[in-house]
Amino acid sequence: MSSKPANHAYLFVAPFLLCFALLFLLPLGYAAYLSLFKDQLVGGTVFVGLDNYGRALQDGRLLGGVGRVALFFLVQVPIMLLVALAVALAVDSGLLRLARLVRLGTFLPYAVPSVVATLMCGYLYGPDFGPLAQLGDRLGFDPPDLLGDGWLLVSLGNIVTWEFAGYNMIILYSALRTVPAERYEAAAIDGAGPWRVAWHIKIPALRPALLLALIFSVIGSFQLFAEPNLLQRLAPTVIDSAYTPNLYAYHLAFTSQQVNYAAAVSFLLGLVILVVSYVVLFLTSRRR
Amino acid sequence: MSLAVSRIGRRRLLSMTGAAAAAAALGACSGPEREEQPPAEPVGQADIDRALTTPTTITFWTWVPDVQKEVALFKKKYPAITVTVVNAGQGLDAYTKLRTALKAGTGAPDVAQIEFQYIPTFSLTNSLVDLRPYGAEATREKFVDWTWGQVTGPKGEILAYPQDTGPMGMLYRADLFDRHGIEVPATWNDFAAAARKLHAADPGVYLTNIAANEPAAWHGLMWQAGSKAYTVNGTELGLAVDDEAARKVADYWGGLAREKLISTDPDFTDTWYQGLNSGKYATWLTAAWGSVFLTGSAKATAGKWRAAPLPQWDPARPVAGNWGGSTSAVITGTKNPIAAAKFAEFLNTDHEVTKLFTTAQNFFPATKALLADPAFTGAENAFFGGQRVNELFAGISGTVDVGWQWPPFLDQASKDWTETAGKALTGGGDVAAAIGAWQERLTAYAEDQGFTVVE
Repeated sequence: MSSKPANHAYLFVAPFLLCFALLFLLPLGYAAYLSLFKDQLVGGTVFVGLDNYGRALQDGRLLGGVGRVALFFLVQVPIMLLVALAVALAVDSGLLRLARLVRLGTFLPYAVPSVVATLMCGYLYGPDFGPLAQLGDRLGFDPPDLLGDGWLLVSLGNIVTWEFAGYNMIILYSALRTVPAERYEAAAIDGAGPWRVAWHIKIPALRPALLLALIFSVIGSFQLFAEPNLLQRLAPTVIDSAYTPNLYAYHLAFTSQQVNYAAAVSFLLGLVILVVSYVVLFLTSRRR
Repeated sequence: MSLAVSRIGRRRLLSMTGAAAAAAALGACSGPEREEQPPAEPVGQADIDRALTTPTTITFWTWVPDVQKEVALFKKKYPAITVTVVNAGQGLDAYTKLRTALKAGTGAPDVAQIEFQYIPTFSLTNSLVDLRPYGAEATREKFVDWTWGQVTGPKGEILAYPQDTGPMGMLYRADLFDRHGIEVPATWNDFAAAARKLHAADPGVYLTNIAANEPAAWHGLMWQAGSKAYTVNGTELGLAVDDEAARKVADYWGGLAREKLISTDPDFTDTWYQGLNSGKYATWLTAAWGSVFLTGSAKATAGKWRAAPLPQWDPARPVAGNWGGSTSAVITGTKNPIAAAKFAEFLNTDHEVTKLFTTAQNFFPATKALLADPAFTGAENAFFGGQRVNELFAGISGTVDVGWQWPPFLDQASKDWTETAGKALTGGGDVAAAIGAWQERLTAYAEDQGFTVVE
């Protein structure tokens, strides 16, 4: 009798497991299989074992890309999460007059597809016709070349922050709504003002949600693809084919016809994300 | 939380579609062996007649708009053959699909639109049917010589029929030239002097824009200079993208870019369109199709443009390069090679059809007959102040160097150019050194891909 409910449970998760196997495990396994071969334009396909991985580990262009997204992660993610946290606390404080509007307005960019967001920003950054360039022209200062070598990573960070700050804000805000009202009452009785409440009650209560947002951001940063891929058209000599690791894998597969090597690169990237996520989890849980 | 889940879902989905697409392309590698090429002995007239009267359906992948008009003429002449036109995307998109279908061994078309520069890429994998058995050599005289060179394989195979071409010239703003007293430059030396003079007279104007993301135009300029960058011979590959002629081109443009006498904006972008309309660029070094393109994309400047040949390295021996243009090729694995080959032939040799291409699609023709046809060359182009632009480019077409060849991995060559020479052009770096780096990258790639590279 006791095994019956378990059997039923499997029946219920079967659709998920099927999709998971077909759409996730199978392509993953296939990519792993492919990463062990080498297909040449001349000479066909040969089994090379782990050679592709060895090559990737010594590939300066890949390592450069990983370094770039790591830097991006270290700078952009704290800024984005701080913005999200500030807005979430403000909306939750009950002191804002148009709280709903602010909540919706901050979240709205997330509803804009990243392709559209990037195209919009591409226009704003334009060196000849963008608003900043026109402003500089009127007021007689040299606007920074936002699509140039020195600024591009900042420009990308700006797009991603705009897109995802609202999304992270919603995660944090919903976590705040679950804090029991008794705690606030108790704090009020003890004489805590809004700042104290925020610091001593709300932020500690947000730890799990912040951690979740952080892990999402690790994945998002290291898999950066759509934004640089679209800006490449506007800054072709700044964003090269190895600007981010995902972009590199894409170009290896579809421009250079090195699908096997691309599979190996993708796997290594997955491994990097796993390691970084683990480190983040480890560091944050140890502090507790 | 459902939001969070759907978000992750979207990200992962994105990465997975990528993985799935990669997997699809990958799977293709282990596909069935390619079918053998058809026998080299000519197909008899009786077989051809039978094939063209037997009800047959063939598939034609092309991005040419309104091509149904031309296809209808074929149907009128050969009612038994039905041609299904499929738009599989333009350029790279179409090639990626074609490559995937070829590797999968199913789903490839009978006839496909292929640009000249991609013929070696597809002939390397034996994906194009040799058209000699179907009487291709008899049509040779109809085509401009250099186009025939472009469709001829290393062993003399005829791999496609030329359809349209892009001999290169210089489109210039006559009003800007007049205002600043600039003569139309006949040589590249004159051009450099004019660039200096124009930019000094009006710092907001550049004599031209060399787009740092446009290896195709650069290849056209190398072609004009007489570079022999690529020599394909089976698995042996001559690579010299930094040969003497190429270095001459690199030094020249690198010098002008470093002095900031020319701009290096990426082309076909908002900045560039705006530059064309606002008079930031006084010339556009482009192909014959560029004159048609401008009519639609720089409407504000109608009547101000004129066309001239490219400036020359040696004015005594005028030469041009080519940028763009395409062909019709028959794809290996077709079950109806005769019908497919005859369709490709008809589409590109029949006078009525090729003429229709010049009026309905504004194609710049590849046949000698049309380039000499007064109805085509005599047309006065209002956008160019009534100039006979077709006549000018018809003359230029006759000067395109016959010997130029393309590499069997053009995507890689293009990408590496942008990341080396293109980067040096925008950054004011040493472009000649950059094409040296380009050569190194391509050599490493070619060797990794199993080619024997000879200098």
